[in-house]
Amino acid sequence: MESLWLILSDPNTRWVLAACVLLGLSSGVLGCFALLRKHSLLGDAFAHAALPGICIAFMLVGSKSITLFLIGAVVAGLLAAACIQAITRYSRIKEDTALGLVLSVFFGFGIVLLTKIQQSANGNQSGLDSFLFGKAASLVGTDVKVMMGVAAVLLFVCWLFFKEFKLLSFDPGFGRGLGLPMGLFNALLMLLIVLAVVIGLQAVGVVLMAAMLIIPALAARYWTERLDRMIVLAGLFGALSGAAGTLVSSLTYNMPTGPVIVLCATALFLLSLIVAPQRGLAVKGMRRIKLRSRIAEENLLQSLYDLAEKDLLAGRLRPGIGYRIAQLIERRPTAPKAALRTLRRLHRDGLVKRVGAAQGLETRWMLTDKGGELAYELTLHQRMWEIFNMYEGVLGSFKWDGRQGGLAEQLPPEVLQEVDRLLDAHELKPRLTFAGGGRA
Amino acid sequence: MEHPVTVENLTVAYHQKPVLREVEFSVPKGKLIGIVGPNGAGKSTLIKSILGLIPRASGEVQIFGKPYKQERRRIGYVPQRESVDWDFPTSALDVVLMGRYGHIGWFRRPSSKDKALAMSALEKVGMADYADRQISQLSGGQQQRVFLARALAQDAEIYFMDEPFVGVDAATEKAIIALLTELKHQGKTVLVVHHDLQTVTEYFDWVLLLNIRLIEFGPTEEVFTAENLQKTYGGRLSLLQESGNLSAFKA
Repeated sequence: MESLWLILSDPNTRWVLAACVLLGLSSGVLGCFALLRKHSLLGDAFAHAALPGICIAFMLVGSKSITLFLIGAVVAGLLAAACIQAITRYSRIKEDTALGLVLSVFFGFGIVLLTKIQQSANGNQSGLDSFLFGKAASLVGTDVKVMMGVAAVLLFVCWLFFKEFKLLSFDPGFGRGLGLPMGLFNALLMLLIVLAVVIGLQAVGVVLMAAMLIIPALAARYWTERLDRMIVLAGLFGALSGAAGTLVSSLTYNMPTGPVIVLCATALFLLSLIVAPQRGLAVKGMRRIKLRSRIAEENLLQSLYDLAEKDLLAGRLRPGIGYRIAQLIERRPTAPKAALRTLRRLHRDGLVKRVGAAQGLETRWMLTDKGGELAYELTLHQRMWEIFNMYEGVLGSFKWDGRQGGLAEQLPPEVLQEVDRLLDAHELKPRLTFAGGGRA
Repeated sequence: MEHPVTVENLTVAYHQKPVLREVEFSVPKGKLIGIVGPNGAGKSTLIKSILGLIPRASGEVQIFGKPYKQERRRIGYVPQRESVDWDFPTSALDVVLMGRYGHIGWFRRPSSKDKALAMSALEKVGMADYADRQISQLSGGQQQRVFLARALAQDAEIYFMDEPFVGVDAATEKAIIALLTELKHQGKTVLVVHHDLQTVTEYFDWVLLLNIRLIEFGPTEEVFTAENLQKTYGGRLSLLQESGNLSAFKA
């Protein structure tokens, strides 16, 4: 804690910290739109394309100036965007290939220029190579002030055009139909993304900057179903990564800031991936386990029902007749141990009961009235569904939505009637009814 | 008589190949119109090119006798459901509110009046209970209803709909048709891309038969004849008839 305080008392570190928070914030916010527009890789192309722009700006002026670098990088980024658009429009090359092509050509050109600069007279002091992997320590007060200005403009424009950018990301065709200049908003958003990428270059570097655009936005998506909250969260995640990365790297000897920032963002993403409500892996896994055990329960109930129904039709059904696990497994194969576990759960819920155990016989199982009612409904639904699928061509197209209740609730009445008739015709109508339940 | 939509000499080409050729027609006011034709006939292309979503090789479109660009506000568009990513972080009400964006103007946020209008549009399509639901949690039919509500919130005079009945349940199809009929009674004009020949006479007052070029356009009882269908579908019709007999049961 004390060493942290010591570090923060150094004005240089404070500038670096401010810069990294700003770059995380703005790339997080803009990253949301890039991600939702399915333009995640565009950030990568912009970042790589910025390198020749920065080099040319330096060669023209001969000194380091963040404002000039910004202008050079933005011009190069926009040129790259124009190239990508031209390639996809006028050739058969698809967008991903065009992206790869433009990215590598611009980057290659940038490396050539960089090498040239470093071999020249004032090359050694230039420190331009810090743009490759980022060098947060090279940031000074004037750089950070420019970054602050740019970040403020970015956030303000995003706030101003929130509604328009949202429409652009969700359904640009509809926006054009409304008469809104979607092309203009698209160009503006591109420019903002280029700016967000460019202000992060000096700290994080050309190679890793795309990660800062994608990762915080992706992490934020796991936590919310609202765009405004997603943007705020992504900005927070980005800023947090920037701060944590700076502090961790300054506490540790010889640790590069940029990559650590990216790793911090990745840690946040992994955390979101696992623990987020609704979308997180943990919740999803739990849901899958629950679903699997529910299916196992339903299968066993239906097997018990099938066996009892068969005995009923053969005139063998006596009160209190039960079935062995082996018989159940024969109908719907499962591992015996798993079947036993499922039966115990059903027993606990009062859906099945044991018979015959007292006489020292092998345990047999039968449906209780409550279990029988449920088994009747399940069997009826399953057989209706089979009939419906068999005659789908005749009954008309219909998409059953399991979230909206059973088949019987969703089919139009006349189709339901026909399904009922077909059930009879195929002798598939469940015959066995239980006290208080089941429509025979 | 004033025509809501007039299309003159419309030709659209993808990569040199014409997909719509010299289409001309004038739509009468207050009618429910089906745009019918085989796959690849250019039905969706017709709508999209009228709306300026894809470039026209040639042709003019007039809305109430004025150039399309001036009268854009009077047109509502319901795109195919698959045209957007439904895993977008937004609610049903939010999507419907997008229909108001043309009225709201730049920068401004939707007002409480816009929200009330969006809510009543959701009510009209029977989706009021789902206003706050995330859109990926809606079924296909419900998503289609949300799109319809968005067009209603736009409060347009002419509506273009691209296959609104694809992948929806029977209840939604009935609800949509009832709503379109209501719009028609309010004097609005509705054009629907449709591919189910069996429901054409039941649903539409007028039919536009399309296969690259315009085959016929007029009142359903006059135009929707075996002869015209033969002209539109050619050899493919016999196949359709066979499957049509199979599904004759469908109400």
